[in-house]
Amino acid sequence: MTATADEAELVADFEAILGRHDRIEPRDWMPERYRRTLVRQIAQHAHSEIIGMQPEGAWITRAPSLRRKAILLAKVQDEAGHGLYLYSACETLGVSRQELTELLLSGRQKYSSIFNYPTLSYADVGTIGWLVDGAAICNQVPLCRTSYGPYGRAMIRICKEESFHQRQGYELLMTMQRGTDEQRAMVQESVDRFWWPSLMMFGPPDSQSPNTAQSMAWGIKRDTNDELRQKFVDMTVPQAEALGVTLPDPELAWNAERGHYDFGEPDWDELTAVISGDGPCNAQRMAHRRRAHEDGAWVREAATAFAARTSEDGR
Amino acid sequence: MSEIRAEWPLYEVFVRGKRGLNHVHVGSLHAPDDAMALRHARDVYTRRNEGVSLWVVRSDAITASSPDEKDPLFAPSGDKVYRHPTFYEIPENVPHM
Repeated sequence: MTATADEAELVADFEAILGRHDRIEPRDWMPERYRRTLVRQIAQHAHSEIIGMQPEGAWITRAPSLRRKAILLAKVQDEAGHGLYLYSACETLGVSRQELTELLLSGRQKYSSIFNYPTLSYADVGTIGWLVDGAAICNQVPLCRTSYGPYGRAMIRICKEESFHQRQGYELLMTMQRGTDEQRAMVQESVDRFWWPSLMMFGPPDSQSPNTAQSMAWGIKRDTNDELRQKFVDMTVPQAEALGVTLPDPELAWNAERGHYDFGEPDWDELTAVISGDGPCNAQRMAHRRRAHEDGAWVREAATAFAARTSEDGR
Repeated sequence: MSEIRAEWPLYEVFVRGKRGLNHVHVGSLHAPDDAMALRHARDVYTRRNEGVSLWVVRSDAITASSPDEKDPLFAPSGDKVYRHPTFYEIPENVPHM
């Protein structure tokens, strides 16, 4: 058989697995573009979890009570854990942790635009849990059924934990809403800042998302950016009403004909700017990450040296 | 930026969810040695009472069946339908079988 005939057979097997809605596993043959797309998407997702520790981590030492501090610590630890699940899934595609770390630290791979916005008050901890983690859940629940086995399994673990993240955020905001006028103003101000960036988390509109069709054909993505954005808006509006906050969009209105909420157009130029490095905190986030990596070098080296010595001593 | 040193070996992690169940593979992690692998496994994979027992094993110590998931290794079991109880027809009036 010729090389092309072999390849055609491999492609046919691969397509057949997808056709059955079965999962692709690490040692299956897969088209190089499928592999590359997955590496990029999973890595970007992992980097987002790692960078995502920063905006809220900054508030751990200033939590208003021991209860809130314990919750926030657990949440930030979860983000680290999510990053590690995802790096582990990504490595099954033949890319090393070292490469992935370098791609993040050198800025050649991106992370979610949302983490380039600052957290200016403790209300932001609540808003991030409610809106940012809420948007993440919208994105991630369908990914539990993604076609690549290790990615789907990592997403299932993550989604179980994200539910805690969202609920602790909403509960924090409800508590503030029951407080003083000043606290209610803090909540509203925080929601005003995070609403549009949360909508942008779903990525550019479908008309400007050239990779979506291929990713959906491969079963990597299950819904388009605009479909997920709509779902998020529909879920969130009643939650905002229950909370007693206003979402900062004058065009937001129920459309009975469509059975969905209509909403305004996010500022896509802002998204483009934040993605290309011009967001409010891009430089700060990357500098912090690089510093943390360097400051931890002695720990990694000491552990390696200890392991080498104990294995020489025959333990 | 300091140079990133050679990677710690990869370990596969298995968790026994509760007594009476098998250990199940949950993912992998890097660690400098076995003891650290166990500690990391606890922190990464069992933050919410997911398990009562953990195994970690160096990934390079695992021998796997095949380069892909449809190996001729499993072909011999495919044509032995008589190994399944449903292969045998038993009259309806025979109880407890």
